[in-house]
Amino acid sequence: MTWLRPVLLPHRLLLIGLFVLLVAWCAWALRWDWIPHYAPLALQGLWRTVWILVVTTVLGFLLAIPLGLAQAAGPWYLAAPARVFCTVIRGTPLLLQIWLLYYGLGSLFPQFPWIRSSELWPYLRQAWPYAVLALTLSYAGYEGEVMRGAFAGVQRGQLEAAQAFGMPRFTIFRRVWLPQAVRNVLPTLGGETILQLKATPLVATITVMELYAVSSRVRQDTFIVYEPLLLLALFYLVIAGIITLIFRHFENQVPQRRDRH
Amino acid sequence: MEAIIDAFGLSESLALLSLSPPGWGSNLLRGLANSLQIAFGAFGFGLVIGLFGAYGKLYGGPILRDLLAVYTTVVRAVPELVLILILYYVGSDLINQLATAMGYGRVEINGVAAGIWVLGIVQGAYSTEVLRGAIQAVPPGQIEAARAFGMPPLMLMRRVTIPAMTAFAAPGLANLWLIATKDTALLAIVGFNELTLETKQAASSTRAYFTFFLAAGGLYLIVTLFSGVVFARVEKWARRGQPTLKRAGR
Repeated sequence: MTWLRPVLLPHRLLLIGLFVLLVAWCAWALRWDWIPHYAPLALQGLWRTVWILVVTTVLGFLLAIPLGLAQAAGPWYLAAPARVFCTVIRGTPLLLQIWLLYYGLGSLFPQFPWIRSSELWPYLRQAWPYAVLALTLSYAGYEGEVMRGAFAGVQRGQLEAAQAFGMPRFTIFRRVWLPQAVRNVLPTLGGETILQLKATPLVATITVMELYAVSSRVRQDTFIVYEPLLLLALFYLVIAGIITLIFRHFENQVPQRRDRH
Repeated sequence: MEAIIDAFGLSESLALLSLSPPGWGSNLLRGLANSLQIAFGAFGFGLVIGLFGAYGKLYGGPILRDLLAVYTTVVRAVPELVLILILYYVGSDLINQLATAMGYGRVEINGVAAGIWVLGIVQGAYSTEVLRGAIQAVPPGQIEAARAFGMPPLMLMRRVTIPAMTAFAAPGLANLWLIATKDTALLAIVGFNELTLETKQAASSTRAYFTFFLAAGGLYLIVTLFSGVVFARVEKWARRGQPTLKRAGR
């Protein structure tokens, strides 16, 4: 319980007391009788939020690596498109991107007979592939910019040393360049992932039943406004906390660099 | 030019985007104006909150500091969409209760004011952190020197801290401004007629989704790129007279 010691400072007793009062008031004055009825749906929504978060961050990160590499060290005909992609993604609202893909692309696809007859068609008529695509591209756009700095930040001497060993170019990338870039990017990665978590509720607007959609469903069914929203905020706080803990764990795994001055 | 437009089959799209009534261009521009209005208001409101928040966090008592820590942590960890809904309902509830207490009936809440209130609270949490960092980056000697001159706190803030911290705060505030412009899109979900919602209405009534969403994306992008130019100049102005890091070895 050592972690409690900094929390329980004397001047915090007032704050903690206020917080306990607030929680007690919430439990007493607000309505929570809808919870048992919606719990299965909420669990499903939670699962979907986590699933979308994990899939899109992993895919987005994989896409960010070539984007960052192209901008940091690629020839101009690779660097320029990557640059434009990152600028466009970062310069337009994610909600618009999601709607562009779902309504725009979704209304374009049926015009091509070869798409309609393909194996993918049943999936293309659902909302979640568009949600995953939009969130992946968005994460890649933001993280690609970060990876550019990370790739550029790896010291040239490291690469030259690897070259001097006679390593082939791809091996240099895989064994020297990428690991160091990822290590550099680790502290910002946690922040970006929390931003991605906060982007997931937007896919509810294209009918993906995730956590936020469940809360709006409760609101529409029962006309209870504050309770589901407050509970939802609490859920996101907890998930964000877990993400922070996971990334702190990873950061502690990385041995400290000793070559900094 | 017309040959190119015809060759790509763009004449239909251009007709849809034209400013006069069969086209929806004026609707998009009205939405953009609404978006910018809210973004400006929210950014300004957020700056005011941020300045008080930063001073509170740095110089306030332990309880004020804890309260501000709760504010910034919660706002930064909860999705904007959820916060917008909570604040929107809280705000309209408060105003309605106030109105009924004062003897008026239910009040219709102005969308722009609601948007500014909601996004301003969100922006305030972020700008508290940006400004706190910027104030901390001011060399303490400068503030001590001003105190030694006998400057009262407000004058110290106005003449020393704010001018000296502007350069450090500029990049973070530029980022916040871009977030503000893009977060206005979220107000579409509360039903406020800003650019994204106008676009969706135009798109769904003409079935030309791709054209309109691309056009709206273009408008947002123009705002972003233009803001980038403006903020580069502001930053240069804020940094005047300060030693710069010349990009060595590039």
